[in-house]
Amino acid sequence: MLGPLDYMLWLLGFLTEISVVVFLVYRKQAIRNFPICFYMLCDAVVTCGLYYCVQHFGFNSNTYVFFYYYTDSLLNVLMFWVIIKFYQEAFAEMGVSRYIRGAAVMLILLTAVFSYAVVHQNRTHLTSRFVVELGQNFYFIGVVLTYLLWGAILKLRETRTRLIQLVLALGVYFSANACTYALRNLFPGLEPNFLRWVPPVVGLWLPMAWVYTFAHIQEDARLEPARLMVRAR
Amino acid sequence: MIAALICAFSLAIFLQFFVSYCRSILASSRKVVLSDRVREVTSIADQEVAADDFNRLLQLVRLCPERGDDQSEIRAVGTYYGLLEVLNRVSLRMAPGLSGWFEQERQNCSYFAAVALDRRISYSRDLYTQQIADRL
Repeated sequence: MLGPLDYMLWLLGFLTEISVVVFLVYRKQAIRNFPICFYMLCDAVVTCGLYYCVQHFGFNSNTYVFFYYYTDSLLNVLMFWVIIKFYQEAFAEMGVSRYIRGAAVMLILLTAVFSYAVVHQNRTHLTSRFVVELGQNFYFIGVVLTYLLWGAILKLRETRTRLIQLVLALGVYFSANACTYALRNLFPGLEPNFLRWVPPVVGLWLPMAWVYTFAHIQEDARLEPARLMVRAR
Repeated sequence: MIAALICAFSLAIFLQFFVSYCRSILASSRKVVLSDRVREVTSIADQEVAADDFNRLLQLVRLCPERGDDQSEIRAVGTYYGLLEVLNRVSLRMAPGLSGWFEQERQNCSYFAAVALDRRISYSRDLYTQQIADRL
């Protein structure tokens, strides 16, 4: 059963996702950040869909479970588009955006083929454990991609504070979710009391962190990324 | 086995991203010069803020009306500050050489709280001015 805290987290999540879109539209940056806008809109629509499923079919219904996990996977694929946009920004001066686009299409196709193969193999026992594993893999791909991007930012000495903070916030989001999914796989008993709260809280974190970045960090603000690394003295 | 590897790898990367994210926020706020108003309110003599002032400044921040867009950052830096406090206590016994670095980081956290307070005070004043203007 869902309690008031679940509904409050849903409402807050929906409001923060919409606030990112409204903020970008208001600042006339929506076109430039279209993948982010589109992702946040889709996330808000999914939040509404989840609420609808709970109200009409119940929290423990198969409809809700399938809707939750499959929209989660679709949102992950959309998030890869956002990562690709960050890659394009980071590599803009090198003029390799054509290759990045090509690599992005390949990555999405490979993800789709891999997912199809896994679903095809497991179609006789498409249990909740399988969808948790699929979610874990998707988030892990996100972690690896964001980590590689962060490595590239450090290597290229990228100094745009806004890009740096957007990427770091995304890294926190992906790694926290991947870790949570892996823990759910390892310790299913932790799910009801602890792990079920992590994805909604982390889901809140990303739009809030992005709104903060867009609101407080000027587009021309600069920061030396090497200063952010912790080094032994 | 794979889940355990993913868990360990993600946790390590999470910590790295989280610390870097907090430090990027602190570095950005370091560039902001504190106004006379906030220095007067907090009794800060110059642009340096003591490391132990963080909690006091955070209490003052909570007294101001929320701006709505800085909550997650304040929480993130608050968590980072707590982590630094714990590590500082541990390092005092095990590696005293590191405590200077922790102190500097905690000082940056306090400076961030002062900047957040400054922003909120400005926001409150704007709200007040707007209300007065609406009444007129």
